[in-house]
Amino acid sequence: MEVMKTYKMFIGGAFPRTESGRYYELTNPKGEFVANICRGSRKDFRNAAVAARAAQKSWAGKSAYNRSQIIYRIAEIMQQRKSQFVEELTKLGYTAAKANKEFDAAIDLLVYYAGWCDKYVQVSSAVNPVASSHFNFSIPEPTGLVSVIAHQDGPLVGLLQAFVPAIVGGNAVVVLASEKYAMSAVSLAEVLATSDVPGGVVNILTGFASELAPIMASHMDVNALVTFGLDRPLITSIAEACADSVKRLRIHPDIPTKGSLDLIMELQEIKTTWHPIEKISSSGSAY
Amino acid sequence: MGNQTNWNWDPAPESTDHVKIKEQYQLFIGGRFVKPANGEYFETVNPANEKVLAKVALADAADVDKAVKAARKAYSNVWSKMSGAERGKYIFRLARLIQERAREFAVIESLDGGKPIRESRDVDIPLVSAHFFYHAGWADKLEYAFPNKKPSPIGVVGQIIPWNFPLLMAAWKIAPALACGNTVVLKPAESTPLTALKLAEVIKDAGFPDGVVNIVTGDGGTGEAIVNHPGIDKIAFTGSTEVGKKIIRATAGTNKKLTLELGGKAANIVFEDAALDQAVDGIVEGIYFNQGHVCCAGSRLFVQEGIAEKLFRRLKHRINQLIVGDPLDKNTDIGAINSKGQLKTIQAYIKQGKKEGLEMFQPEIALPKKGYWCAPTLFFDVAQSSVLAKEEIFGPVLAIQTFRTVDEVIAKANNTPYGLSAGVWTDKGSKVFNLTSQLKAGVVWANTYNKFDPTSPFGGYKESGFGREGGVHGLEAYLNLN
Repeated sequence: MEVMKTYKMFIGGAFPRTESGRYYELTNPKGEFVANICRGSRKDFRNAAVAARAAQKSWAGKSAYNRSQIIYRIAEIMQQRKSQFVEELTKLGYTAAKANKEFDAAIDLLVYYAGWCDKYVQVSSAVNPVASSHFNFSIPEPTGLVSVIAHQDGPLVGLLQAFVPAIVGGNAVVVLASEKYAMSAVSLAEVLATSDVPGGVVNILTGFASELAPIMASHMDVNALVTFGLDRPLITSIAEACADSVKRLRIHPDIPTKGSLDLIMELQEIKTTWHPIEKISSSGSAY
Repeated sequence: MGNQTNWNWDPAPESTDHVKIKEQYQLFIGGRFVKPANGEYFETVNPANEKVLAKVALADAADVDKAVKAARKAYSNVWSKMSGAERGKYIFRLARLIQERAREFAVIESLDGGKPIRESRDVDIPLVSAHFFYHAGWADKLEYAFPNKKPSPIGVVGQIIPWNFPLLMAAWKIAPALACGNTVVLKPAESTPLTALKLAEVIKDAGFPDGVVNIVTGDGGTGEAIVNHPGIDKIAFTGSTEVGKKIIRATAGTNKKLTLELGGKAANIVFEDAALDQAVDGIVEGIYFNQGHVCCAGSRLFVQEGIAEKLFRRLKHRINQLIVGDPLDKNTDIGAINSKGQLKTIQAYIKQGKKEGLEMFQPEIALPKKGYWCAPTLFFDVAQSSVLAKEEIFGPVLAIQTFRTVDEVIAKANNTPYGLSAGVWTDKGSKVFNLTSQLKAGVVWANTYNKFDPTSPFGGYKESGFGREGGVHGLEAYLNLN
C-alpha cells in the first residue's frame, strides 16, 4: 500500500502543521479526495513573520553572487523532482503536457531570476552629480519583510513570481500559496529546504486569502504586501489596513507571464548617501 | 567700565523695499487669478512680529473642482501633446525667471515663514531654481532614464506641501511633474502661501499655457478636496505621517497613484574617532537648520561615551554663539517658529522633557517680545522610551543619548517607525560604509548633514513614506512606465 504525504506548511525552515489544527480538503475535478491541507491562521502568520524578520538581515548581507547561486540551486534541486511536480498537477486535472509546460516555465523563471541577483543593483543605481563637493550615490536596498498572496491559478509559475523577486532583492517573505495548488507549494517548500536557502527566508503558508490577507495587511512589522489576483473589495479593505504602518502595497491582477526587473524593484527602497570630498586644490574634484 | 568692548553684532537687516506683497491674493486657476467661490479669505502672518502680511483666498471643494478641470483641459489639449523639448523650454525659462527675482522670493519666504534670510537666500531659493533647471532638461530625455520602457505622463496630479520649505517644496513637486508631462493642482501650506502665489505670477510671466499649473490656497479642507477629487490621477504629499496615513486610507481602492514624504526622527551618530569640531557643526546644522522644522532633522543625537563630555562642552559653547532673532537679519542663525500652533507643540514637548526629569540646556538669551520664538534646546540622557526620542517634535529640540558599541547604536538608531534620514560622523572609511549600509533610512549623510540637491533622490523608508523626489529615481513618481 502507498504511503500518503502529510502536507504541512513551511515556517522558519521547519515543516509544522497549522497551530490552529484546522484543515481544508483538496479534491480532483471529479470531486474525489486528494489531500488534506493546513488552513493557516493568524498565529501561523505571526510565527512566520517572526522567522522571516530574524532571517532577513543575514540573507540581505550575503553576497549577491552567493544569493545568485542559491537561487540557481533551487532550480537544480527542483529539476531533479520533476516527476513529483508533474504528478501533483495531473492529480488535479492537468494534462501531462500542460503540467510539463508549467514545470519547464518554472525552472526557466528560477534561472532567469538567479542571474538578476548581482545585476539589479547595477542597473538601478546612480552616482548623482550634486553641485556641492560631495560624493553622492543612490542604491536599492531590500524593503525588508514582505508578505505575499500568490495567485489562485498559479501552481508553480504563479508561486515563484510571488516570492523569488523578493528574495533576489534580499527580502525575506511569507507567502500564502494558492488554495487549489497547495500541494505544489508544499513540494516546492521541500525543494527550498534542501537548496541552501536559509531557514526563514521563505515561509510558505497554506489557507484562505480572504482570511489571511487582512491579517498580513495590518501586521505592524511587515514592510510590504504583494497581492496577485485579489478582487477589488478585498483590495480596498487591505489598502486601508496598510495605512497603519505605511506598508508598501503592490497589486497585480494577473500572474506576470515573464520574469521582470520591475517585480524585484517594487520591493526595494532607494537609499542615497552623501560624503564630503576634500577640496584643497584649485583643480577641485567631483564625480 | 565705559571702556569695555561691545562684542554684540550690529543689526544687519536685509532690505525689503524691493519686495511687492499685495493686500489680497486670489487663487491661480486656468492661468488667471480668480476669487474663491465662497468669497472667504484667511490671513497669513509674519511669525516674527505677528503682523498680518496679506489676505489669501480660501479654496473650497468647488474651487478645487475648477482647478482640476482647468488642469485636465490643459493636460488633454496642450501639455501632454507638446514635445518634451518644448515643455523643457518653458521649465528652463521658469528657472531663469526665479533666479532673476531670487532675492524677492527669499525675503518673502523669511517674512511669511520665519526662516533666517541666510537660509532662504543661500539654500531655499537657489535650490528652487536649480530644481526647475535640472528637471527642465529631463523633459526630452525620459526614455534614457528608463531603458526598455515607454514613459508617459500620469495626467493631473494633486500636490500638497508643508510650511517648512514653502517654495522649495513647491519646486520639488511641480518641476518633475511638469517635466514628465503632467499638469498640476498644488496646495501650499496654510501658514506659508505667499511664495507659491508669487511663483504663480512668475509662471504667468513665463507664458505657460493656461491651467498647466494651478495653485489653490487654503486649509486642511482644501487638501481633503484635492485628495478626494475623482479627476485627479495622482497625489503627492509632503507632511506629517498622521496625515499621510489618512491619505492612504482616503485613496484606498481608487486608481490614484500616491507618493508620500512624511515625518522623521533621524539619528545623528558621532563616533569617538570623528573630527569633533566638524561634528559639532554638523549637529547644529542637523537640528537647528530652519528652527528644526525639517522632516529629516537630526533630532536624535547618539554620542559614543568616550567623547561625550568633551563633545557636550563644545556643543554648549557652540549653541551659546547662535543668534536667535529677526529672520531678516543676515547674522541670524535661528529665526522665528513658523506659527503659534507649532510653538505650542514644541513647548509641550519641552515641558514633557522637564517633567521626565531630564537634564536640559538652553543658552541664556533674550527672545524678542513679539512673535513666536524658541531657544535652541538640548536634552541629555534621553531614554529610548521617552517621547522626546520617539516623536517628531519639528522644532529646535535635540534628544541626546550615549552609546558604547557599533551594534548598540545601529540597533538604537533603527528602533523607530520612521526612516527618512540619518547621519554618521567618523574619520574611518570602513566604519562610514558599515553604518551607511545598515541604517534604515532613505538619505544618509556621512560627515555632513542636511544637504540637498536636485540630482539627489530624497525620500523615506517605513513610516517616513514612499517614493523619491529628485534625481533619476524621482522621475518615476510622475510617469506611467509600460
